Amino acid sequence: MAIDYKPAVDFNHVNYSVEGFDILKNITDSFLEGKITTLVGPSGAGKTTLLKLCNGLLSPNSGEIFIKGKIISSYEPVELRRLVGLALQSAPMINGSVLKNLALPLALQGRQLSEKDAQNLLYDVGLEAEFLHRPIKDLSGGQRQKVSIARTLVNRPQILLLDEITSSLDRISQQEIEDLIVKINRKYETTIIWITHNLQQALTIGNYAWVMMNGEVIESGTSDLLHSPVNEKVKLFLKGEVK
Amino acid sequence: MSYLHLSIALIFVIIPIVLSKTLNLGLERDTIIAVVRSIIQLLAVGYVLKFVFDSENIIYILLMITIMIIAATQNARKKGVSITGITWKVAITLVVIEALTQSILLGFSITPPTAQYIIPISGMVIGNSMVLAILFLNRFTAEVETHQDETELILSLGGTPKQAIRTQLLTSIKSSMIPTIESQKTIGLVQLPGMMSGQIIAGANPIQAVQFQLLILFLLLTTASITSAMLGYLSYPSLFNKRMQMLKRCLAPPEV
Repeated sequence: MAIDYKPAVDFNHVNYSVEGFDILKNITDSFLEGKITTLVGPSGAGKTTLLKLCNGLLSPNSGEIFIKGKIISSYEPVELRRLVGLALQSAPMINGSVLKNLALPLALQGRQLSEKDAQNLLYDVGLEAEFLHRPIKDLSGGQRQKVSIARTLVNRPQILLLDEITSSLDRISQQEIEDLIVKINRKYETTIIWITHNLQQALTIGNYAWVMMNGEVIESGTSDLLHSPVNEKVKLFLKGEVK
Repeated sequence: MSYLHLSIALIFVIIPIVLSKTLNLGLERDTIIAVVRSIIQLLAVGYVLKFVFDSENIIYILLMITIMIIAATQNARKKGVSITGITWKVAITLVVIEALTQSILLGFSITPPTAQYIIPISGMVIGNSMVLAILFLNRFTAEVETHQDETELILSLGGTPKQAIRTQLLTSIKSSMIPTIESQKTIGLVQLPGMMSGQIIAGANPIQAVQFQLLILFLLLTTASITSAMLGYLSYPSLFNKRMQMLKRCLAPPEV
């Protein structure tokens, strides 16, 4: 990948394995600051694990990760996780209302989220203010996902990790979220790392793309690579011949 | 009661064996083993207690309490093997509970400082604490496994391990305490407690027996709350590493 910008996240020979199984193998590449990079690849390629390494939920077995130029271990875990936000595909929630979930990131710091701010967050992700006091259990999968994204934004992360956040949304909601992420990226210059199975989304939203398979980055570069890949495996994957 | 009368009472053992055989339950062997073990263990402890009571030596009292704590720890730790250092955590909890309860009982002269009082009360406190520890560890390991997504969510949002595990910890503490509280609500109405019944049969004044039973019930409430809370707060840090990451090995099912 041609480096025109500073790396926000820099991987240097990173390996991660669990009980002898290699999940990530020798990852050496960078996510550029202020850019949207999409991660594509078949299930089990190690994409979610890679996001959790960026957020400090996991640590590599070997190799180094740098976040905004500083080695990841030099950050306090709490500081790192507020700097690098993560929204997961499963959109886990705590019991209670939408407001309780939105207020969670600040509650963890002993602070409160005002109803006004909570309403603005909902508005940003395309939900009406009336959702604020609704129990989480009454929300659809798509609505939960929107609340999950809004909650991640409460910490105002400089790097935002998104794990298939639009996979359970209808086309309109998907478009709203895409617009929101682009808006955040442009307004705050937030670095976005976005796992998606939607190649069209990767092409339209992403500035850069990484294609991962079996724990390795097979090909990376500007999103155009998804149109004209060099690697044969990537070609097969993009044709839908590798699941 | 003579040994002859006790032998006749073995009728109450023969009945379940016959029933098991008739209904093909396959419990005859276990029943016999249980009976033989209880006869040997209780007779042995009876002779040991007689020796300790007669000697009135503090060393023997402490030795007996130590044995009780070791046996209770060995039993309870099995439910929390996935938690690093669980043996010491259970042992420390039991030692603190024993020290606290005996300090209050002896300090305020509620019970006399004799082996006759210290050992049976210690047995009840440690035994109850062991059951509570098992209940707590069973529930806690299950809660941690079931709610790992929520734990990871709170960590990912910048929460500390204590914040991430709080709900699971409090749920486990509460659920392990409930049986003790609930059983005390119906005590005397549904069942007469074993210790009180034993005293009454042995000829003690029923009011005196009730007073002692109440003392034990109060003790057990303290035991229940301290065991669960202390074990919980000692255990949860070992589910995480210094980088505030959840250790997956802690989610292994407990040894049965």
